[in-house]
Amino acid sequence: MEFFERFAIPHPSPMIYASMVAIGLVTIAIIVGISYFKKWGYLWNEWLTTTDHKRIGIMYIISALLMLFRGGADAVMMRLQTAVPENTFLDAQHYNEVFTTHGVVMIFFMAMAFIIGLMNYIIPLQIGARDVAFPRLNALSFWLYFAGAMLFNISFVIGGSPDAGWTNYYPLASTDFSTSVGVNYYNWALQISGIGTLMSGINFITTIIKMRAPGMTLMKMPMFVWSALITNIIIVFAFPVLTIALLMGTFDRQFGTFFFASENGGMDMMWANLFWIWGHPEVYILILPAFGIYSQIIATFSERNLYGYTSMVVSMVAISLLSFLVWVHHFFTMGHDAMTNSIFSITTMAIAVPTGIKIFNWLLTMWKGKIRFTTPMLYSIAFIPLFTIGGVTGVMLAIASADYQYHNTMFLVAHFHNVIIPGVVFAMIAGLIYWWPKMFGFMLNEKIGKWAFWFIVVGFCFSFFPMYITGLDGQARRMYTYSEATGFGPLSMLSFFGASLLAAGFAIIVYNIYYSFRNAPRNIGDDPWNARSLEWATHNPVPEYNFAVTPEVVSSEALWDAKKRGHNLFKDKIEKIHMPNNTGWPIIMAGLFFVFGFSFVFFIWAGVILSGLAILGCMAYRSFEKDDGRYISVEEIKETEDKFGGANE
Amino acid sequence: MKIDSTQPLEYSTEQNRLNILGFWIFLGAEIMLFATLFTSYFVYENRTGSGPGGADIFEITPVLIETILLLTSSFTIGLAIHAMRIQRTKAMLGFFAITLVLGAAFLGVEIYEFIHYYHVGATLQTSAFTGILLTTLGTHGAHVMFGLFWGIFIFIQIKKQGLTPQTANKSFIFSLYWHFLDVMWIFIFSFIYLKGMM
Repeated sequence: MEFFERFAIPHPSPMIYASMVAIGLVTIAIIVGISYFKKWGYLWNEWLTTTDHKRIGIMYIISALLMLFRGGADAVMMRLQTAVPENTFLDAQHYNEVFTTHGVVMIFFMAMAFIIGLMNYIIPLQIGARDVAFPRLNALSFWLYFAGAMLFNISFVIGGSPDAGWTNYYPLASTDFSTSVGVNYYNWALQISGIGTLMSGINFITTIIKMRAPGMTLMKMPMFVWSALITNIIIVFAFPVLTIALLMGTFDRQFGTFFFASENGGMDMMWANLFWIWGHPEVYILILPAFGIYSQIIATFSERNLYGYTSMVVSMVAISLLSFLVWVHHFFTMGHDAMTNSIFSITTMAIAVPTGIKIFNWLLTMWKGKIRFTTPMLYSIAFIPLFTIGGVTGVMLAIASADYQYHNTMFLVAHFHNVIIPGVVFAMIAGLIYWWPKMFGFMLNEKIGKWAFWFIVVGFCFSFFPMYITGLDGQARRMYTYSEATGFGPLSMLSFFGASLLAAGFAIIVYNIYYSFRNAPRNIGDDPWNARSLEWATHNPVPEYNFAVTPEVVSSEALWDAKKRGHNLFKDKIEKIHMPNNTGWPIIMAGLFFVFGFSFVFFIWAGVILSGLAILGCMAYRSFEKDDGRYISVEEIKETEDKFGGANE
Repeated sequence: MKIDSTQPLEYSTEQNRLNILGFWIFLGAEIMLFATLFTSYFVYENRTGSGPGGADIFEITPVLIETILLLTSSFTIGLAIHAMRIQRTKAMLGFFAITLVLGAAFLGVEIYEFIHYYHVGATLQTSAFTGILLTTLGTHGAHVMFGLFWGIFIFIQIKKQGLTPQTANKSFIFSLYWHFLDVMWIFIFSFIYLKGMM
């Protein structure tokens, strides 16, 4: 029994026991449900072993939505706890765990997955490719992400959640102060999903550089493709830093090294530096694809070419370079000299310039455009002023001397939610609604969608604007409660009210999906938004080979110009198409990685060694395996195309 | 699978070209990985706590042997790829084998070096300096170890299937990896050992 004692929760509460029961019941329900409807074969053959970028993209998005609800539940718990002074809904330790998992889940397992999911689905379509460069690696990327996410999410029922914040600063994250296995979970979950992300990065860069349709030069790529290219370059250069930082953290916690200790030469600030050298570029990994999505949506619904295409590209490149030069602004107060702080203050403010250029480009795209107020467009329009407010408070935070006042207050919390929610989350929702017909062949209901939009926008403002005020008044972040004398009570209650509206908004989106699935018409044609880029030149939903004939492109608004100027996108004849085979190895390998991570978290060395060897065995098998893919015959393509009402020839 | 015979064998199919570019990008990530390790090493270089410093524990002889072994192996993998380009399968296999043997010898000496560190009291748990030293060397060594197994698999495949677009592609990518490890070793040799012993 001694063996099992390590899995006990160090800090149990009735809520955690309830979650355990809920997780158990849901798992049983899913297994029974799939067995009852005899869907195991379908699930395995069509989804779990797929190498189709579109299905992998959808799996990413589904996982991201699940994680959104996990992270959202954490968020509502935090707002509930701080809604009134001296609340006892959560205690200090539980609150620490909740804000830690909220941050990690939202950044790594929600936002990253959502972005990579949309990239997976859209990028090959926008460049007129049949798949990504390495379809099988793509599947492995997804399953490693999924394994990491699951590993992180079981922490609160097996062994205890991490509790040192999503930034996981040492010495707080060391074994002296975080005594449970929680931070081990943090290290291994992020390590495993980080490997997946790195491989996605390599995959997309290769895809975008090498697999564009004939005629699509770099400066004729849709803006979302540009943003994805730059994002993935940042991923490839930033993630290895996190890999090493996590490795050093693991060594400190599990092998007794002194990297981040305060004795024997160690230095706890080293973690903060390494973490933010990865962490600040990570911020731009999240926001640049969002900028790309807004660029597509704003151009489509203003019925104008994107204003300032070249300056959009140049500003994104500038942002990507600057993103590696600002990391110190996350800890101005930790005792650097004035010179260091000044330099990082200036580089930080400099980022506002290319970002400002982009804001003006979007405004000028809408200027004199024929704006259609669809739901995705509403999100994009709301993004501009809200994100600008977030940007301006960011410049306030960049003033090093003033930062001594705001550092680690709710002002900071308000700032970064102010850029992440209107910036990234709105873009994800807008992108999902915009590309929904592409993925599923029907549109989401606009009326319900607009209700959700207003709930989310108003809810956002009520949630986070009060925090600016309480933060300036000195309310520290990550404090589980406060006294009535501080006067934070009413504004915190307002913030809780906002969080409830936000939660309601997301619930309406879920209802909208259900409602539209039941009621929306299926005969929407290939181009329901009257859009501009190549992904709308094929059918809805997309056949597995994407394009029956590889398109040929002459401008950056390929489909729009084809429609308006009568270019013929599809000049060739239908030929047989080479496709990758399905494979079960990625999910098996990711399962082994899960066992590896889990065993490592709990120091179960037999599990570590066996699963480690099995992972290497999988790689060895892969080295010898011969898999040249398969061909879809011309007859088969013609048959599929006829079902959609004829090929686009 | 369309084969373009105007290109060298390892570049002859579309997938081959994708693989090579993808691997170059992966090497970019690897450079960042080692750059992070080197940066951390420089930070911790003089933070030896109560443990020994670099000058106390570095020995020039094993390090020189390792350097010569690895540099030579980088040369022989270059010869192997040259032989592959001129379709001399036997010569290629020969040089490939020599590369792997040199790599294994390198690892052997490195293991000896690690045992030496253990005996003079420089372990992971001694100080931040010894920790980062062994982590950096260990990361490089683990890469060489991984490369050895990978190389053996490719060797077997060429032996069985001869030079095809696939095996040529794998060998070429392996050679990129091996040269990369060599370059990293030159940095380790210069900025860890030589700098430490000065």
